[in-house]
Amino acid sequence: MYKMTTLAIAGFVGLALSGFAGAADIHTKSIASTCMSCHGPGGKSLGAVPSLAGLDKDYFVKSMKEFKAGTRAASIMKRHANGYTDAEFEAMGAYFAGLK
Amino acid sequence: MTLNRRDFLKISGAGAAVTLTGCATQAASRGRPHVVVVGAGFGGATCAKYLRQWDPNIDVTLIEPNDKFVSCPISNWVIGGLRTMDDITHGYDRLPRHGIKMVKDTVVAIDPAKRFVKTRSGVSIGYDRLVLAPGIEILTDTVKGFNEAETAGKVVHAWKAGPQTALLRKQLEAMPDGGTFVMSVPAAPYRCPPGPYERACMVANYFKQAKPKSKIILLDGNPDIVSKKPLFTDAWNTFYPGMIDYRPNNAPLAVDSGTMTVTTEFDAVKGDVLNVVPKQRAGELCALAGARNDSAGNWCMVNFLTFESTTVPNVHVIGDSVLSSLPKSGHMATNHAKICAAAIVELLAGRQPDPIPVVANTCYSATSSTTSGYVANVYRYEAGKGYVSAPEGGATPKGDELNFKYNDSWARNIWAEVLS
Repeated sequence: MYKMTTLAIAGFVGLALSGFAGAADIHTKSIASTCMSCHGPGGKSLGAVPSLAGLDKDYFVKSMKEFKAGTRAASIMKRHANGYTDAEFEAMGAYFAGLK
Repeated sequence: MTLNRRDFLKISGAGAAVTLTGCATQAASRGRPHVVVVGAGFGGATCAKYLRQWDPNIDVTLIEPNDKFVSCPISNWVIGGLRTMDDITHGYDRLPRHGIKMVKDTVVAIDPAKRFVKTRSGVSIGYDRLVLAPGIEILTDTVKGFNEAETAGKVVHAWKAGPQTALLRKQLEAMPDGGTFVMSVPAAPYRCPPGPYERACMVANYFKQAKPKSKIILLDGNPDIVSKKPLFTDAWNTFYPGMIDYRPNNAPLAVDSGTMTVTTEFDAVKGDVLNVVPKQRAGELCALAGARNDSAGNWCMVNFLTFESTTVPNVHVIGDSVLSSLPKSGHMATNHAKICAAAIVELLAGRQPDPIPVVANTCYSATSSTTSGYVANVYRYEAGKGYVSAPEGGATPKGDELNFKYNDSWARNIWAEVLS
């Protein structure tokens, strides 16, 4: 079981680094979906929290890296950005950019 | 790991025997997996929706006894008069658009060996995988006199949003200026760690505006403020100086609605409005499945990759009922639901679930009618450790107006995420 998990993790990291253009892998879909609880269903916000659907990928990745580094002023987003890897920012950015 | 799809047992109106035999032919010919989700709160409704979204070949039945969804988050705002019951009450009418079959009923029995649930109206529903999202059961017996006081409509917990929320608001409205509101907080773990302290803020905010001579006594069963301590301490000192009497290590032993007294180990406290929140455990549904399986029989232990019970195969538990280091919040329940739904999709397709799931919690609390603060953490799964909090999560030390706007927006977005 341990070996299987290690292999699977390697597979996910590989996918995340390669920047898949097609359907998102399950890890990306899962982590992206958790953002929707604040940012609205399908990434479309109903209030003051910004929408994520259709956001430019490079802008998203840059913003998340800046939140994490503390170079962009933020309310809550530094707390969240700290919990994700750069590869996950790339994968989520591609996912949100693809949402209509 | 068993990945073989069992025959999908279609809903039958004529009881278990018919369900298990009569409909098998139809099920086999369709060959579609069937997931039954019980409880349409933050966790259950989200899980049903994402199962359908991520794999339209899965049939999903969502069983819920209530007509409407009443949100616990923002219910403290109703108690404080900032919002109405209508604002926190929402219909389930948009969920069937995802292809979810909604069943208005109560599950009264679960057979994990034969894989079916039985409802109060006598319907048996078979499943390949079962998701239980019952929320909490409130242990009213643990506070002597509470059941009588609750039945008489004198004392409520209002820890499940609904009629008790509205009743507590009415009691506060009827209370004379100069009266005392006594609230009792149970020892952790309980639903919504910052909830009691937000409620104190909301009631204080109301008193400040409408009944400024009134007092609040907060009897805490914990040794200190459980969540967002700097935020709440700042709010109490800044906005409500002298109004809130906070008494730690004061778990309630008894309540007397005749003399309107709450008794703790150290104190007997009289009030005009008493709000006693007893201890809690995982919802009764989990016990029906044999999944309330921690050593005390109070909470549910699950595999954190799938949220499948550690002891009952094919039965998943999500939300407040789960034993974990994750906070018991509605927001967290939606994220349990997503990890669980993603895992079920993979398992039913014969694949491995995500080995490194990540969940996040975001929880706002209002400190006045214009200010809020938050706590936010990301938790990453690590083999052998479970969910580990990523560095630099945490809470705001001070509430502000921008976060009040985000708090309001958060509520509208998460309700839409869960129900539409």
